[in-house]
Amino acid sequence: MIAIVNYGLGNLYSIRRSLDYIGQESIITRDPAEILAADRVILPGVGAFRDAAKLLSETGLDAVVKAYAATGKPLLGICLGMQLLFEKSYEYGEYEGLGLLPGQVCSLEADLSDLKVPHIGWNALRIRKEIPLLKYSKEGDCVYYVHSFYAKNCDDVVAADSEYGVRVPGAVARGNVMGTQFHPEKSGPAGLAILRAFAEL
Amino acid sequence: MITKRIIPCLDVRHGRVVKGINFEGIRDVADPVEMARFYNESGADELVFYDITASVEERGIFTDILKRTAAEVFIPLTVGGGINSLEDFDRVLNCGADKVSVNTGAIKNPKLIEEAAKRFGDQCVVLSMDVKRVDGSFHLFAKGGREDTGIDALEWARMGQEMGAGEIVLNSIDTDGVKKGFDLELLAETARLVSVPIIASGGAGSMEDFKVLFETLPRVDAGLAASIFHRKEISIPDLKNYLAAAGIPMRRL
Repeated sequence: MIAIVNYGLGNLYSIRRSLDYIGQESIITRDPAEILAADRVILPGVGAFRDAAKLLSETGLDAVVKAYAATGKPLLGICLGMQLLFEKSYEYGEYEGLGLLPGQVCSLEADLSDLKVPHIGWNALRIRKEIPLLKYSKEGDCVYYVHSFYAKNCDDVVAADSEYGVRVPGAVARGNVMGTQFHPEKSGPAGLAILRAFAEL
Repeated sequence: MITKRIIPCLDVRHGRVVKGINFEGIRDVADPVEMARFYNESGADELVFYDITASVEERGIFTDILKRTAAEVFIPLTVGGGINSLEDFDRVLNCGADKVSVNTGAIKNPKLIEEAAKRFGDQCVVLSMDVKRVDGSFHLFAKGGREDTGIDALEWARMGQEMGAGEIVLNSIDTDGVKKGFDLELLAETARLVSVPIIASGGAGSMEDFKVLFETLPRVDAGLAASIFHRKEISIPDLKNYLAAAGIPMRRL
């Protein structure tokens, strides 16, 4: 059973539909017991870091996700959900993340000269590290990104990145804690393959 | 390197794709869900569904199509047509849309862009514009291109971005249906003014038209077309191979 954490933000249903499609049972939940009991957990997210971090702490789900991560079972953050795994974000201020991965979330615009922000569209993955989450992925697979902030100072945990003026960390992992900046649930067959790999961990 | 996007547009009326004649390779030649599946397998980068049903009673048919598509097609889905309120945004987002395209609804009430961007995020709000030359300048048209609003189209694009539109679809009425290429002049002028992604629409008649578009205007992100894809005058895999061979970054399956 895969639990999709419902803290009030994010593309819950498209993630759920993609899991249905690959034959994986899932629940959308905010119940701590259900989250802790799940075999796998997905932390989704769309929108602003500040709002998400606030909702996570107001609902107490920040502590639940951390407790879940400490069990060693697989955790996957998607898009803003991935950014939340890091220590800190500088999106319109300075906000604490879950601190499950080393690094900070910073503005793309500040680091780009003439490329458009947000980074919207399909971009190729460059595999930096062989990890089980990417066991079905290959160099050059295109995945769908929509974001204006990106993870920095996290070289050690980058498993795949994409070129967009800077190296945008696409997939990150440290042990059981994983994340994708892109949307696997919107990345066609390449994205479904990543979800399948996650379901098989 | 980010790829240029190729986007088929499906105009849906009474639960059927219109303009979808002579479409081979699928069971039901005008079933939107079948066509979406076909395009997904062909490597389309995104799909646009346009609800051209005027009546509220038929909204249910449209949203059902959307739900069925979203259950098996995992690429971004943009939905437009009849979007006049935040409730309309909610309705289509709940059925599986990722982005919502506003046109006449935003002309009637520009605040809709701002409110929607605030509630659902900029990335969700696509400003779709029908543009035509009138007395040497670009005018914004409403109601499916039937009504001249007198508004300067370039100014509208700039305002749209300021209010929070995350992407702009520029449909040129002058080049639409002519099949002699995209409206490069309009696109170039707009690209100078806005920094959000621009989707070119109207005028594609050949693979070369897409090549000229992306080579001439590097700041245009995507090309959208309907009948040339539906009629199989151009196949998406062929188009993508052709563009990739010309050095234009493409996602290929």
